[in-house]
Amino acid sequence: MSTITIAGPAGAEKVKAPPLRPQNRQLAILAVLVLIAIPLPLILPPAQGAVAVRILIFLLMAVGWNIMSGFGGMFSFGHAAYFGLGAYTSAYLLVKHNVSPWIGMVAGMAVAAAAAVVIGYFSFRYKLQGAYFALATFAFAEMLRLVVTSSAFANKAVGFTVPLIPDSSLWMLQFEADSPAYFWVALVLAGAAVAISIVFLHSRAGKYVTAIRDDELAASSLGTPVMRHKLMTVALSAAITAVAGAFYTQYYLFVNPELGFGSSVSIQAIVPVVIGGIGTIWGPVVGAIIVGALTDVTATLLRTPPEFLGFLQGRSGLDVVLYAVLLILIVRLLPKGIVGTIAARWRR
Amino acid sequence: MTNTTQGVLTPEVSPPPKKTKADKGFLGRAGVVGGVLVVAIVVALLQSGSGLVVWQSVVTGILTGGLYGLIAMGLTLIFGVLDIVNFAHGALLAVAMFISFGMISATGMHPYLTLVIAIPALFLIGAAVHRGLLSGTGGKSLENQLLITLGLSLLLENGLLMFFGAEPKTIALPHDFQFPLLGAVVAGSRLYAFLGAILLGALLYWLLRRTRLGTAIRAVAANGPGAELVGINVRRIHTLTFAIGTACAGAAAALAGPLVTVTPTLGEQFNITAFVVVVLGGMGNVVGALVGGLLIGLVEQLTTIYLGGQSSLLGVFVVFILVLFLRPQGLFGRKTA
Repeated sequence: MSTITIAGPAGAEKVKAPPLRPQNRQLAILAVLVLIAIPLPLILPPAQGAVAVRILIFLLMAVGWNIMSGFGGMFSFGHAAYFGLGAYTSAYLLVKHNVSPWIGMVAGMAVAAAAAVVIGYFSFRYKLQGAYFALATFAFAEMLRLVVTSSAFANKAVGFTVPLIPDSSLWMLQFEADSPAYFWVALVLAGAAVAISIVFLHSRAGKYVTAIRDDELAASSLGTPVMRHKLMTVALSAAITAVAGAFYTQYYLFVNPELGFGSSVSIQAIVPVVIGGIGTIWGPVVGAIIVGALTDVTATLLRTPPEFLGFLQGRSGLDVVLYAVLLILIVRLLPKGIVGTIAARWRR
Repeated sequence: MTNTTQGVLTPEVSPPPKKTKADKGFLGRAGVVGGVLVVAIVVALLQSGSGLVVWQSVVTGILTGGLYGLIAMGLTLIFGVLDIVNFAHGALLAVAMFISFGMISATGMHPYLTLVIAIPALFLIGAAVHRGLLSGTGGKSLENQLLITLGLSLLLENGLLMFFGAEPKTIALPHDFQFPLLGAVVAGSRLYAFLGAILLGALLYWLLRRTRLGTAIRAVAANGPGAELVGINVRRIHTLTFAIGTACAGAAAALAGPLVTVTPTLGEQFNITAFVVVVLGGMGNVVGALVGGLLIGLVEQLTTIYLGGQSSLLGVFVVFILVLFLRPQGLFGRKTA
């Protein structure tokens, strides 16, 4: 996957003179961004390196959510379900059967995609739309959380702790703390996710999906297989979100029902996209960077608050307050998000 | 969102006595619901093997359900009139609870006396929220309102967390007592909360049915542009409705104070339950919300018998999903075009 990101179009297209197609232009931009990002962990101090990894996890979740809710127009409020399934599948396989996290990740993608297809099938079959669909996805995620919390084989409320191995190993996805390798792995995953979302949006299936989003009735009357494309979209979206979950577990070495399936996880998938711009390629990227940087700023602020904010020392909640304010402001003032608004201005 | 003009918000159209097909459907569904409940209770009896346990659950469920009903009434009113899915309802309830808690610990006043403060305070907060954040989003996309109310709930919950910390607090009811009810034990605070919720629910019903304001609200719910034409200030009605809906959460908070541990995130659970109740009763249906509240209170308690402690919400979600899929217009709502 990563080869598409880095090598593909950037070099190849330069030889031919005609202007790049939008898809290839976007892939080229992505390649440049990835190239710029590669040396980052070597330059940044370790604490900032952790922030960078967190941004990439946000990015994966945001890209996943954006495919279903942005391109597909199906507003999901339950992406924690897929994140949690990815996290738990890989953690379970690793802890109980000592399976490599990479295989666990793929298994998690499959489980999440299957769950998304089942949930999606019933939701579309019974024509749930708008708020009803959002509430249904929310309910499914919460049900999974409750089931996991009470299942012995998922360690109930305790969750899983990833066992430490003595040496660094790419195959077991474990490196020394603060190793730049974590960043590079996350970068490859996130880069691949963005590349997939670009390719998907410009593919025939992607065109169908956006057509269904814009006018389902018209699309179906022109013979678009609506159900199949919707299910394809939710499956892709869930699989990408599951990757975020699996990587999260390996990076933080721990997952429990709340961290995997809690409603705050769903919110973490939504907020960056809204801030960046729903239904755009670069919205999730911009949003994830902003939200990730913001969580770091607030964390620093809480550790060493300036005089007049002294009462905040050691209190939690400030980070969420800040991004809640940002969320409200963006929705009120820039309903298309940062990227969407810029793009709209550009076109005019 | 489709137009959901049902239940109390619908202007009376048909004269009462004639038995129509819709009536039969209604009775049929009520019968089905009753039947399912009976089966559920019988299964619970078999599961626990003790009639007393089940009876205790039924009593507790109904009494708690009254509160759920009151919370959901506010939510459903806002939905029926403004078409807003208010994700911040639970967080507003938490705010009210902290207002109550603050008043009690500052002045030592009686918990129920805080009703006098919590209701108007939440009314004003609701009006301010609507004017400041939501008005003007009426015609815009659903995601817009969803995200604003979601942002607001995050803001309120974490604001409370920042200022009051996460440690749980309790509101004690002075001279609380327990009394037996055919073998079940009922706490006075729970009974008061139930009675208060029913009373306020009835008051809201009366307000909607018998006052000029209520007529205006129902008119706006049924046909906004039409109401505008006959000289109703729609924007003001929207603000008032949102404020009244929020005040319901305030009332419920003051009543529920002695029953729960007060934490910044306690609204979340109430919010989820209230949404289920709203869907169950039919979005926009105020009486449906009250009935739905009682049903969900029962479901929650019975699930605890089936599955034990932590999973009481699981049953609630199962009911929720079933209703969403099979009767999204609610158990008692009429099908809308």
